[in-house]
Amino acid sequence: MSPREEYVGQLQHVHDELLLIGSMVEKAIKRSVESLRTRDVELAQRIVDEDDEIDDRYLALEELCIDIIARQQPMASDLRALITGMQVGSELERMGDYAEGIAKISIRMGDEPPLKPLIDIPRMADISIGMLRDSLTALNERDDALARRVWHTDDEVDQLNDQVYRELLTYMFEDPRNIQRATWLTWVAHNLERIGDRATNIAERVIYLTTGQTPAPDERWPDVGDPTPQDSGGPPTNGSMPA
Amino acid sequence: MINLRIDTRASDVAVSPSENGQSDVILMTRNLNFWYGNTLVLENIDCDIGPREVTAIIGPSGCGKSTYLRCFNRMNELIPTARIAGSVVFRNRDIYDRSVDPVEVRRQVGMVFQKPNPFPKSIYDNVAYGPRVNGYKGDMDEAVETSLKRAALWDEVKDDLKKSGLALSGGQQQRLCIARALAVQPDVLLMDEPCSALDPIATTRIEDLIRELREQLTIIIVTHNMQQAARISDRTAFFTVAESGAGILVEFNETQKLFTTPADERTEAYITGRFG
Repeated sequence: MSPREEYVGQLQHVHDELLLIGSMVEKAIKRSVESLRTRDVELAQRIVDEDDEIDDRYLALEELCIDIIARQQPMASDLRALITGMQVGSELERMGDYAEGIAKISIRMGDEPPLKPLIDIPRMADISIGMLRDSLTALNERDDALARRVWHTDDEVDQLNDQVYRELLTYMFEDPRNIQRATWLTWVAHNLERIGDRATNIAERVIYLTTGQTPAPDERWPDVGDPTPQDSGGPPTNGSMPA
Repeated sequence: MINLRIDTRASDVAVSPSENGQSDVILMTRNLNFWYGNTLVLENIDCDIGPREVTAIIGPSGCGKSTYLRCFNRMNELIPTARIAGSVVFRNRDIYDRSVDPVEVRRQVGMVFQKPNPFPKSIYDNVAYGPRVNGYKGDMDEAVETSLKRAALWDEVKDDLKKSGLALSGGQQQRLCIARALAVQPDVLLMDEPCSALDPIATTRIEDLIRELREQLTIIIVTHNMQQAARISDRTAFFTVAESGAGILVEFNETQKLFTTPADERTEAYITGRFG
């Protein structure tokens, strides 16, 4: 028996569970935008229902991490892996909520005619999903260089979010009857933008995991010039649309 | 019997004072090698110990950590066949220099052992023993009280100082031994697994005491308990056994760094339990 076999198995389980939750969240985001694009209310409802499983898995993961910390007294890279596991788990759980939020908007839009063809929002979704996937690959391979690349991709999502927001404002100015549907879409864009932010948080955690150092803000944003707050635009910040 | 032989001198080893004129190193070893007979048990140990810090020494059994600890107050020379090379410098002076009195070294560098070992005497006499043999001329009652207070034992024993030290609980006995060591006002306290024979509550008292004493003293503690090292020390030295069988210093680092981001993979393997 190799040293601390059970413990090593538990650490591996935390890692595997994170990747599993990550893949569930990725699927949820992808399908939430798909349900919006194809006006598939049934699919949207499935995403809402399935979010409970993501939440349950996250809570079980957190409980396992606490149990390992209490009983095994992890040190060094094991300790960093568990702290990272809890934080990444939390980020993933929130991302799942954002996907659920998009699905709920999809349900609420129901049979209403589309405001405009969705172009930028699916692009935002693709980039955000790519960021999530890269951050999880970086986690799996402990690749801090890849994690750093995720940061820079976030700028693209932010720019698209601003673009979508400006465009939707013009629809609202044009005709007040558009306000409801345009507002829904700003929420969708906002949720996707937050998914990108959470992917950068995961990337930061990966850098902590691999190097033991949390990157300084100026390291993450070397060319800070835009003081726009990340939550600008006014949509709800809790990830889900209001009930 | 003293068979200790010094192979090298460290007169050329200088400790640089920091900007405020105080040295930031109180104890250091350079190229320290140690043998029992023909067996090399410590190999080329270089280490700088800062004043008023707690330094923990951790490592697997047989890595020489207790032997290293005993080098700091010449306790090893009481062991037949022991031989040392290199230097142990305390306040800019090699303590193995022929002009240095080992008794004076041991007054300045006190020691507490794994198993509490009070003398079969009263609590008072245990603490007064050191000052008496050192010819202390001051108020002995006051010296005893001060030492027992510093060792966080006074409140528990003040009404019965004539009681035998052996009648105390294990944890109290260990604090009595600490009080006895403190009574001669050492600058450094060496502790060789001081809690390994104690229950968790007594261990907590000793650990709290170590944190308090750190304000006035330099403490070096050998412990098998990594959590204890992580809890109480400022810096940690990790020793291991080299392929040659000798003990080597692998990493000496700030405790927070050593236990979260060790610099050496051997440290990582040991503290995560993947060793061996």
